[in-house]
Amino acid sequence: MAKQIGYSKKVMDHFMNPKNVGIMENPDGYGKVGNPVCGDLMEIFIKVKDDIIEDIKFKTFGCGSAIATSSMVTELAKGKNIDEALKITRNDVADELDGLPPQKMHCSNLAADALQEAIKDYKKKKK
Amino acid sequence: MLEQLCGFDGIDMKRIYLDHASSMPIDPRVLKFAMPFLNKNYENPSSIYSGGLETKRAIEESRRKIAELVNAENTNNIIFTSSATESNNLAIKGTALRNIGNGKNILASAIEHISVLNPMKELQKNGYTYDIIPVDSNGLVDLDRLENLLTNQTIITSIMYANNEIGTIEPIKKISKIVHENGKYLHVDATASAGRIPIDVQDQEIDLLTISSNDMYGPRGASALYVKQGLKIQSILPGGGQERGIRSGTENVFAIVGMGEAARLAKNDMNMESSRLKNIRDKLIHEILKIDNAYLTGHPVKRLPHHVSFRFSHIEGESILLNMDMSNIQISTGSACSSKTLEPSHVLLAIGLKHEEAHGSMVITLGKSNNLELVPDIVKVVKETVNRLRKLSPLSNLR
Repeated sequence: MAKQIGYSKKVMDHFMNPKNVGIMENPDGYGKVGNPVCGDLMEIFIKVKDDIIEDIKFKTFGCGSAIATSSMVTELAKGKNIDEALKITRNDVADELDGLPPQKMHCSNLAADALQEAIKDYKKKKK
Repeated sequence: MLEQLCGFDGIDMKRIYLDHASSMPIDPRVLKFAMPFLNKNYENPSSIYSGGLETKRAIEESRRKIAELVNAENTNNIIFTSSATESNNLAIKGTALRNIGNGKNILASAIEHISVLNPMKELQKNGYTYDIIPVDSNGLVDLDRLENLLTNQTIITSIMYANNEIGTIEPIKKISKIVHENGKYLHVDATASAGRIPIDVQDQEIDLLTISSNDMYGPRGASALYVKQGLKIQSILPGGGQERGIRSGTENVFAIVGMGEAARLAKNDMNMESSRLKNIRDKLIHEILKIDNAYLTGHPVKRLPHHVSFRFSHIEGESILLNMDMSNIQISTGSACSSKTLEPSHVLLAIGLKHEEAHGSMVITLGKSNNLELVPDIVKVVKETVNRLRKLSPLSNLR
């Protein structure tokens, strides 16, 4: 039942009960990756205080793994120093979800990229 | 546990299977009928002792039942194969290769199954040419384009009877008239429609017809190709000469016998079952179209009785499928993410949908286990699924 296309239980859990869903008015950093034409679009909003990610929200259009990786990356980044959060890779996200099916590793694992975009945006604004 | 995961309350967790175009359970009457051919009547139909003659007779009986389902002029015009994919391959390649002296052009509609399109591409490597006939936004074949593309070099034209992804039924009789005026032979893939709606190969002047066993509650491992009397096709599987030399290989007696019985029952039950399913179909369409930015795909009227298909803006089909599966409802989607190629359905692109629109598709194919009482549960889950995914989507204003 919960073994759809080889998704782990953790993926399905984050897909069905994603954390940190939403948008932010006036975020300190904003990242957007993907394209609806390709079937995946992610937005990440961060609130930063003293270089710590205090709050993080996301919105995602896409398949099960796109939503689950978005949820997971927000969990990983929350409370972290921005330079530490910048080191979170696509593989880290996949590992934390107990893996992704091979065909999903590239196309639907963009959440770490969205986070990096948001942090870069924050750094740019700060300058 | 499930309730917790889904967040849906009050839904009966009984499984609701709505993906009959992908696979169907074998009808219990068919199973009972064909079962002895697995362990009791196991003799090879090519053997000439009495047991072999009995299995041979059972195969011929099955052939007769399938001929009756599609009104073939002669029982011998039915060739058994292993799958609808094989029947489509045999129809395209077998006809093109055997009749090479009469032309090397092939036509097919843009919404044909991949098992029609890929054999054409393979033939292209051997010097054949092919052209694709476009369809309109409802999935109906463009008859003017068909007429323009047909030449005296067009050896075979392949148009499906009804489409498995959008349910549209093509005007086969009109199409066969056009094809026979200008080209040579018409192949019709009736995988999604045989046993569901009436087909008459003589009245509709069809030269080759693909019929699938599992799509009418028969066992997998059997399919048939109707080949019109007098039309010569080449074997694509040479060997011991079974099936009049056109399709060698020891017969899968169980599946073939089951397919025949399934065809008989389908013919018998067709009127009642199709009007029963139409009721469910129309109720589902009516209710689901009440959702904002939900659109029917395929023809609103000229549509298979068991077929319901939509697209929803701002959300993605694999998510819809997974979300509904968590509520124990199985549906299908033409989304890229659920396909092996990671491309959205070529059918949805052919009816003019943009990529981002094709990603949000949902296909429901009804069957015997479904009834009208299930409609409210199905609609509830569809609504909750669409709503939940839209709240997650940056493309939607829903919060």
